[in-house]
Amino acid sequence: MNANVTLNWIDVGAAIDIPYQGARRVDTDLGAIAVFRTVDNEYYAVMDKCPHKGGPLSEGIVHGRHIACPLHNWSFSLQTGEAVGADAGKGCTPTVPLKIENERIFLGMR
Amino acid sequence: MDNKQRIVVIGAGMAGGRIVEEILKRDSSSFDISIIGAEACATYDRIQLSPVLAGEKSFDDIVTHSDAWYDANGVKTHFGYWVQSIDRVAKQVVLHDGQAIGYDHLILATGSDPIRLPLPGSDLQGVVAFRDLHDVDLMTKAANAGGEAVVIGGGLLGLEAAYGLAKRGMKSTVIHLVDVLMERQLDEAAGRLLEKALLERGVISVLSAQSEAIVGETHVEGLKLKDGRVIPASLLVMAVGIRPHVEPAKSAGLTVERGIVVDDQMRTSDPSIFAVGECVQHRGACYGLVAPIWDMCRTLADVLTGKNPDAAYYGSELATRLKVSGVDLYSAGQFGGGEGCEDIVFRDPGRGVYKRVVVKDNKLVGTVLFGEAADGAWYFDLIKKGESIADIRDTLIFGQAVTEALAGMDPNAAVAAWPDDTEVCGCNGVTKGAVVEAICGGADNLDKVRGCTKASASCGSCTGIVEQLLKVTLGDAFKAQTGPKPMCKCTDHGHAVVRKAIVEQQIKTIPDVMQAMKWTTPDGCSSCRPALNYYLLCAWPREYQDDPRSRFVNERNHANIQKDGTYSVVPRMWGGVTSAKELRAIADVCDKFDVPMVKVTGGQRLDLFGIKKADLPAVWADLNAAGMVSGHAYAKALRTVKTCVGSEWCRFGTQDSTGLGIKLEQDTWGSWMPHKFKMAVSGCPRNCAEATIKDFGIICVDSGYELHVGGNAGIHLRGTDLLCKVATEQEARDYSMAFVQLYREDAWYLERTAPWIERVGLEFVKTQLFDEETQADLKARFLESQAVFQVDPWAEHAPKSEPAKVFSPLADLRDGVSQETLKEQA
Repeated sequence: MNANVTLNWIDVGAAIDIPYQGARRVDTDLGAIAVFRTVDNEYYAVMDKCPHKGGPLSEGIVHGRHIACPLHNWSFSLQTGEAVGADAGKGCTPTVPLKIENERIFLGMR
Repeated sequence: MDNKQRIVVIGAGMAGGRIVEEILKRDSSSFDISIIGAEACATYDRIQLSPVLAGEKSFDDIVTHSDAWYDANGVKTHFGYWVQSIDRVAKQVVLHDGQAIGYDHLILATGSDPIRLPLPGSDLQGVVAFRDLHDVDLMTKAANAGGEAVVIGGGLLGLEAAYGLAKRGMKSTVIHLVDVLMERQLDEAAGRLLEKALLERGVISVLSAQSEAIVGETHVEGLKLKDGRVIPASLLVMAVGIRPHVEPAKSAGLTVERGIVVDDQMRTSDPSIFAVGECVQHRGACYGLVAPIWDMCRTLADVLTGKNPDAAYYGSELATRLKVSGVDLYSAGQFGGGEGCEDIVFRDPGRGVYKRVVVKDNKLVGTVLFGEAADGAWYFDLIKKGESIADIRDTLIFGQAVTEALAGMDPNAAVAAWPDDTEVCGCNGVTKGAVVEAICGGADNLDKVRGCTKASASCGSCTGIVEQLLKVTLGDAFKAQTGPKPMCKCTDHGHAVVRKAIVEQQIKTIPDVMQAMKWTTPDGCSSCRPALNYYLLCAWPREYQDDPRSRFVNERNHANIQKDGTYSVVPRMWGGVTSAKELRAIADVCDKFDVPMVKVTGGQRLDLFGIKKADLPAVWADLNAAGMVSGHAYAKALRTVKTCVGSEWCRFGTQDSTGLGIKLEQDTWGSWMPHKFKMAVSGCPRNCAEATIKDFGIICVDSGYELHVGGNAGIHLRGTDLLCKVATEQEARDYSMAFVQLYREDAWYLERTAPWIERVGLEFVKTQLFDEETQADLKARFLESQAVFQVDPWAEHAPKSEPAKVFSPLADLRDGVSQETLKEQA
């Protein structure tokens, strides 16, 4: 992997389109991406697929900087994508670079 | 040409199909596999021919490996061909049409042939064996013509054949040589029970009867017995046993005795040729059941693929189950008796129950169960384990539940004695060893054990065992949790304290609860947030603003999420009653949205599976247009009211149970509750609507209505408690509403009525509901809440003028989706 790959920032929507403690899905050719907004107004993006049984993380409950998968309640850190709590160490969902500019959400794609 | 090794399998029956599957499971790329089968169809489960004959299953139901399956796995099939010869020198198999197929490894799975008695007349038309699909076809055709069937052979296969034919309307008689049916599995007492059970199902048994000749001109007309009797028959089935099919192994010069002789690795006398299944003779034994086939195929696949070159097959313990509907018969291991064998027998002829276990050297070696065979697998497991049963001998015959419950009288000792590999938590696959290790590593209470092992963290049914392990492992250091359990890790307070605070301190938002009760996390977790959301909307129906972000996915999306991320949709069918108009609208939705499966639910409604999230609003709009609303099948709320047809149609019905069920559903739909809530109304004590396993159930009687509460199926089955009897429909409805409200206000979130009533006691419920004023207050609060919540969530979200955006993705960046279009939408 080349670490210096420049990211292609893509505008996927308005920041307000995601509710507090909520998420929306973005479809891509590499699979769906879940974009989250926390109670503290932080935005994160991870691949929308639980490493356990493939559940759509965008449908889970957002708490703190964590997301609980809707299928079997595994919890993941939105910052690292790693499973936390009882299921720590069992799996990881890849994170996706994200930035907010002019109230728009941009995802960094290669 | 590639360098793949060529495997040729002769025989496409159960063993042939299985060995191919087992090999591919281990290594799908190194072998070039061909399979040859004389039957012109795909591999099917021969064991299931009996249900096919009885019309309880179709052929498609029993196919295990279809042509398409072989194709998809790159296996060449030669179905409808038989083998002319095996050329061991050139290593090739020659088929009847002359084509030759080369092999590196040859596997014989030629199965067995039915034994045909050499009786005079056995070549008449209408004389068949019961072995393959062709036989079943012949028998089905004969049965369709009606008449009389005679089956020779009162073993497993013969009885299943006789039952199948009786079920298809023939007069069916079994002729058996000895005086007890299935004498190899049953003693006389059990044999008599079986005889009686079969007679009730239309099968006549003629015992101690020796066949002499089959009579008839061109077609069978009857069976003549040695004692001179002639039993008329238009169909005669021989089911007297099987014999290993040893051609073409024999012609090829392999060692053959009763069957094809193999070693522990399933190898024949030629090291390139193997054999599995019923054609095999292993350590002197020939098998006619499936379990050994599976064992043999696993061993051979391990050897051939090199996954375990030293794998070995040491023979199988056998268990059989008779496939006659409503006749529960199971036998396993040795039951023939013999030196040192002791029998423990339980008989209840009144109920038609007979159980026998055979003990040798303090070990269980065999069992026969008739009438109640649910414990078969447990006994079989004990037989296979071969451990001493001395400790449970006194209760062994009463089965697993009784034995384990009684062993549980000193529960800690029993748990302490478990081996480390015993599974404690079935949901998460956690063993006793893992739990003990966690406890020794510092997890000194239930929550910590749950945190690091997940044991008891899913359904919770093993919580007691985990607590016992804590006691056993920590000894005096273990302190049982005092005071109520905290709601979750975000707080030290239990449900009751938090709820009381919400009401007494008039707290009306989730952040305020967390503030007031000193939550340790910024915004709770997926466990406490839904609970708080419920407590608040229950306490303040008019003021609290529901928080979708604190609801589980199903309640947020008003549909049930499935494992693949699609949803299922259940429209409400009031009291389980529907109409042509509704069904047509549902059918139209299925067509329009390509619904892959429609399932009738246990709650008397239809469940539409496989619907994409983005389609949900449109599906709801169409269902709404036909007058249907959300069934709340996804919600902690009133689910269904199951009813029978009652006095409107049923000759036994005492009251209008359907009408009452519809009224109850109209009263209570839409009300959020601590957990799901199911109701039922049965029109008479026969209880066809199964009201006594519902949260609230009504049984109609001539003089009124019996009200039952606190039942559920679920992980722990609980029958209802009788609350009271009332005389009128209105009283029944008043009680139901007051009961629901009491449950809503008093039970903890995710506590169903069954555990709630166990916790608070039926007396508490009665005291509240029997007091007229309290009951009226509960009902009034319920109606106030209903005024707010009796709104169809589908209608709220179904698209009216603009599309419901939140159900669609935020953006679609896939190829072919224009970014311009996306911007327009935005």
